[in-house]
Amino acid sequence: MEQITTADELNKKYLRDGMWPTIFCNGCGHGVVLEYTLWALEELGWDMDKTVFASGIGCSSRLPGYINADGLHTTHGRAIAFATGIKAADPDLNIIIFTGDGDCAGIGGNHFIHAARRNIDMTVIMINNFIYGMTGGQLAPTAPLGSIATTAPYGNIENPFDICNLACALGANYVARWCVTHPYQPIKSIKEGLQKKGFSLLEFLAPCPTAYGRRNKLGDIKKHWEWYDNNTILIEDYKKIMQYGTEEEKKELKHKFQIGVFQDLQKPGFFELYGNLVNRLQIKENEPKEGKK
Amino acid sequence: MKYQRDPKRIRDALGKKVQFLLGDMACVYGGMLAGCSFFAGYPITPASEVAEGAARLFPRIGATYIQMEDEIGSIAALIGAAWGGAKSMTATSGPGFSLMMENYGYAVMTETPCVIVNVQRTGPSTGQPTLGAQGDMMQCRWGTHGDIEALALAPSTVQECLDFTIEAFNLSEKYRNPACVMTDGEVGHLRERIIIPEEQDLEIIDRVPAIIDKKKFIPFMNSQTIKNCKIPDFPTFGTGYHTYVTGLTHNEKGFPATDKQPDHERLVKRITEKITNDASKLVMVEKLNLDDADIAFVTYGATARPAESAMEIGRKNRYKVGVLRLKLVWPFPEKEIVKLAKQVDKIIVPEMNLGQIVHPVREYAGGNCEVISAPKIGGEMHHPAEIYKYLEGK
Amino acid sequence: MKKEIRICGFGGQGVILAGFIIGKAASVFMDYHAVQSQSYGPEARGGAARSEIIISDEKIGYPRPLGVDCLVAMSQESFDTYRDDITDDTIIIVDPDLVKNHNIGRPLYKVHAQQIAEKLGNKIVTNIVMVGAFTGIFSLLKPEAVKESVIDSVPKRFTELNIKAYEQGFEAGKNAIKEL
Repeated sequence: MEQITTADELNKKYLRDGMWPTIFCNGCGHGVVLEYTLWALEELGWDMDKTVFASGIGCSSRLPGYINADGLHTTHGRAIAFATGIKAADPDLNIIIFTGDGDCAGIGGNHFIHAARRNIDMTVIMINNFIYGMTGGQLAPTAPLGSIATTAPYGNIENPFDICNLACALGANYVARWCVTHPYQPIKSIKEGLQKKGFSLLEFLAPCPTAYGRRNKLGDIKKHWEWYDNNTILIEDYKKIMQYGTEEEKKELKHKFQIGVFQDLQKPGFFELYGNLVNRLQIKENEPKEGKK
Repeated sequence: MKYQRDPKRIRDALGKKVQFLLGDMACVYGGMLAGCSFFAGYPITPASEVAEGAARLFPRIGATYIQMEDEIGSIAALIGAAWGGAKSMTATSGPGFSLMMENYGYAVMTETPCVIVNVQRTGPSTGQPTLGAQGDMMQCRWGTHGDIEALALAPSTVQECLDFTIEAFNLSEKYRNPACVMTDGEVGHLRERIIIPEEQDLEIIDRVPAIIDKKKFIPFMNSQTIKNCKIPDFPTFGTGYHTYVTGLTHNEKGFPATDKQPDHERLVKRITEKITNDASKLVMVEKLNLDDADIAFVTYGATARPAESAMEIGRKNRYKVGVLRLKLVWPFPEKEIVKLAKQVDKIIVPEMNLGQIVHPVREYAGGNCEVISAPKIGGEMHHPAEIYKYLEGK
Repeated sequence: MKKEIRICGFGGQGVILAGFIIGKAASVFMDYHAVQSQSYGPEARGGAARSEIIISDEKIGYPRPLGVDCLVAMSQESFDTYRDDITDDTIIIVDPDLVKNHNIGRPLYKVHAQQIAEKLGNKIVTNIVMVGAFTGIFSLLKPEAVKESVIDSVPKRFTELNIKAYEQGFEAGKNAIKEL
């Protein structure tokens, strides 16, 4: 097969015909995350007959519809639970989930928690735009304090949800956060996440100029991208400053999102452990019987 | 590796052919025999024994058991597993069944086969967890939003828990619609003799797989391999068909088509008509002493047992009473009721609820006979005498 | 023929297993129809538990007992709780060590099931002794069928112990007489 070098070629290979234009607004970050994911898949050379995309409800969850592969567009918040079943039925399939902050950290929080805890073999790509975009701009659980939303007209007073922190605490094998404004590290990181056994989470900070930006003085996409530059810091830099920086520098970090790889473990995934269990029982069954329990 | 149904391994795991078995456990046996390879569930009384049975036996046949975080996740996982090629089942009771309602509708909309065992207990809400009821019969028909057709069986014996679970899989696979085994805390917690059917006596139906050329395949329209069949062929994930499955109103190709009236009507009519058009084939009733009857008990599930006992008492006391027992409650056996209502003077419908199935009975009786509800709630089944007294008009 | 048997005791004593063995003996190792139903409270241990078995030579409709032909009691609380519907014809079997206040003004069978079990080295088989006693007293089931059912229902490594418990219970039942 010929080497793919341009986005056009990439799209031609991986996207369905006849799905244009997309539902996404100008300046939306979802297409960017999709593009990064496709580059990662291309570099890995994965068989798209054996790669399944699942999603819940929301803008991000529409992504599988554009990809020329099997896709399960499920109910709000439940994609991870659906995907658990897909993987169980056919462990040879690669499972990728596109989800949003509302879908994953809001209504789907419980499924996320338990799939991470069980280390279910799947890659969750959560696109965090701080807002319920598809329904017109309601408050999301990840929205920074003070954010304006249609359901937080006087500013958000709730603590935002740090989904990466949660995934780390649950022992997920791979946890990373990136911004759509950085092209290269995210692709490499998605590749790492995809290849990982067990559960991997990639969170992407991505702009929603229509529903979030306009209400939060970030409607101009350039301004929105600058916001990310000013409000994120690489984990390594964060650690350095926390260790060697001045009090002033440390104080400045307080509100910033750390980006990079938070956790990278090698624990066996759920289905490997389940397969071992089945084998153990089968060996026992073939042994001479000493009696039932 | 994908699960392959291995009759020997299944029978080794099930053990002796004749057993004295718990109703809940018989549902597990039925599932295994039907070729189920995925169970996802969440503990709930009085259905937990089904999950416990699956947890013990499924790994021994190479099938997967997973305890999910809740019932929403359980049914979600079933649907995912079905698209991965598995036959899948769960078991729950009222509160869990309520949680499942959204994804139950998703399974209907996406034409996904899966089986839900509902060991009914009293409600509303937490109710009486350890006690039986039949209060979810209408929920299983109308509980999810939108227009659906339901497939639901109601076992009266432990043997039927096994047989009807197999039947539920068959119906579900055939029609690509979820199917419910609407048992209850009474039958679920009874122990009775069961006979495990021999392999050659089993009828196992599998969904029709997509086999035609990938470029010509259309996933959500009439079958492309069976003539005049409204049930599409099943493109299992991973087989190269690149199917997009969505709960949104979709066109024949599976892509969202949410803003035009005809698209929705065409889709929902097809997925309901694939069942209603087969109504004459979808009748499973048992008739006892109906030939000369002028009074009939119309009954199902656990309640059929005291109703039969009441009929026997009634016959001894020279009442011309018979029983029409609905094994398959949904789709509702309309024609059977129409016919019965023209024959008898009175239909009595005993149920462990305040009157649910009595409503379609009354609808199809169409005023041709008297239809009387004989309700009982509180977690106890009717005493035969309580049903008998309706014969005396009390 | 239709017989209704109630076995009661405290939770954890194995009354459900005892009922299970009797129901299985009747319907799997003999040709009767049998139904076992059970009642339990929310507690896993303690409290009063009961297991009810209907044995009939015809198909069993209503699966709950309408009366009680034989009551087996293994604890005071359950004896006090579950005997309000006994009749003059009800055969009552108690372990007098576990049901101390069993004088209810009518004769009944007394089997020291727990003592027998303890002598065998494990109180846990008290229920199996009672199954044996029941078989000996309530001459409905073939002793061999019940024995097979016991063997089929208990963990293999405890087969010997349970057979002994069953046989000694059966003997005790055979020799028991109705007394006040």
